[in-house]
Amino acid sequence: MGLIGALINLDHYGHYLTWHWLNISVANLVVIVLMIAVFISALLLPFPGRAKRRSGK
Amino acid sequence: MSSAVEQQWTTRLRKKLVVAMPASQLLPDTQPSYVASWIYVFGVTTMASLGMVILTGCVLALEGPVWWHQSSVGHYVNSLHLWSVEVFFFAMVVHLWGKYFMAAWRGKRALTWITGAVTFLVSVGAAFTGYLSQSNFDSQWISTQAKDGINSTGVGGFFNVLNLGQMLMWHIVLLPLGAVVLTGLHVLLVRYRGVVPPFEEKGAA
Amino acid sequence: MKKAFRPDVDAPEYRGTYSPYDILKEGTIAFVVVAILVFALATIFGSPDEPEVTIKAWANGAPIDFAQTALSELNGSSISASYGAPYNHNAPGQQLGPLTLAKWVGVRIPINSAQDFVVGPLEALPNAPQLDQALQQWKSASSSQQSSWLTAATNAEPHFTFQSGTLNLHTTSAGPVPVMISNLEAMARSGALDQSLVNGGNFYTTDYTKPLLFISDSAYLSDLGAKQHLLGTQWGMMNETGSYPGQSWLWLYTFFYQVPPMSTSSNADVEVFALMGLLSLVFVFVPFIPGLRSLPRLTRVYRLIWREHYRDVEKA
Repeated sequence: MGLIGALINLDHYGHYLTWHWLNISVANLVVIVLMIAVFISALLLPFPGRAKRRSGK
Repeated sequence: MSSAVEQQWTTRLRKKLVVAMPASQLLPDTQPSYVASWIYVFGVTTMASLGMVILTGCVLALEGPVWWHQSSVGHYVNSLHLWSVEVFFFAMVVHLWGKYFMAAWRGKRALTWITGAVTFLVSVGAAFTGYLSQSNFDSQWISTQAKDGINSTGVGGFFNVLNLGQMLMWHIVLLPLGAVVLTGLHVLLVRYRGVVPPFEEKGAA
Repeated sequence: MKKAFRPDVDAPEYRGTYSPYDILKEGTIAFVVVAILVFALATIFGSPDEPEVTIKAWANGAPIDFAQTALSELNGSSISASYGAPYNHNAPGQQLGPLTLAKWVGVRIPINSAQDFVVGPLEALPNAPQLDQALQQWKSASSSQQSSWLTAATNAEPHFTFQSGTLNLHTTSAGPVPVMISNLEAMARSGALDQSLVNGGNFYTTDYTKPLLFISDSAYLSDLGAKQHLLGTQWGMMNETGSYPGQSWLWLYTFFYQVPPMSTSSNADVEVFALMGLLSLVFVFVPFIPGLRSLPRLTRVYRLIWREHYRDVEKA
């Protein structure tokens, strides 16, 4: 089936990581790690517009 | 206004709504200055993603449920639909984490939390029925596996995951309706109660 | 008397400043950013479309497995045949303590595996004198005679062969069963069984219950699932075909299948479902659960979120 796009082909058997009882696909692990990273970044990164907020009424 | 007009359902409801939600609260032009963190963008990002999910779903609906197997354009629209779902869940979970750590249910906002949590659960159902509607090996596999869990509760007698027609209609009619109505209620509650204030720290004014 | 302030339930009244806020502009920016992100992801990664498995492909790819599955439908040993509610009364179903939820709901999607998957489709075939004779012999036999034939066929299973397009059960004591199974195999290999199971003699349908139950009784589908890392023991619920991310939000659901007692329980499905149901209720009602609703205040992650506010308040 021809695809528009799909610059990176993910149509092959996935890679899985096992650690004791934990078994997770690389793709899912990337998504979960990214979620945690984005959450932490959202907490830490400075939010613009401080001057506008300080002049508020 | 005559007392007959005053007693009308329409008049009484309109007056209640105007008092509860004046236009300036529904579409505000200011917000408390403590709303100053990137964590606050994930609610609107979730809604924007939901909009993309519905929009791409509508395009898929134009040509029917098997179009995407037969057309490259259809397959691309399917890809847009899949990734908008991934972004939707991503944003919703980060939004949920942020709201939990803000204890955003404080100050009579429990219903805001509840509508948000139920929306999450309805969304999981909507995604699940979407996977069932793919008409490919994935649908065959997921349906034959999931049937055991759902059958074990007795619900399988009414909600037959092997019935493509039923699952497709739950996916494109009932669950999106539920998700949109719940999201709408959730957002109206935020407008009604306002964004939850920070915890009071000792020594603070 | 004024109620005591509960910091995990009540919110202080805000008397601070307000800043300009353009809600529609925020929504528009969010939509544009999400749209760009989604188009980029779709262009870079695409989406999976593993082709469906047909009964034709199964019968041609694994003819012995097909014959064995067909026999198990006839002799009532297949997963579908011995499932219980909602398909039949042949098993009590799973139990959650004293609760037999599926059994209480009863049979709402009736499936008779011998009739639905074997005899019924064969009866629909036209112009087959040998098959008609075999079906007549089967239908007019007593249930003990049928059991005797089925036992002989089942005992011969390790010796089934498929050569040059012909299935041979290598038994002479199984009555009409070898003719029935061979004809069903031929019907499956031609693709006719796919259609027969899907629409059952009707024209329109959107219900795939029968062909899906039949094919999931085989080792063929589960072998394909195992290759794609989709089995329950492989945390398959959260996985996707290929190397794509799956339904990672189902992580907790699939996790519970891996841990005792659910991992070895014959009632694992209803136990996990009940547990997840309970946890979902806990999730929905967090605002009312002492301890759980105190963690945000105790962990003080909020200090990061509202640091600008606390700095301004401390300065003032």
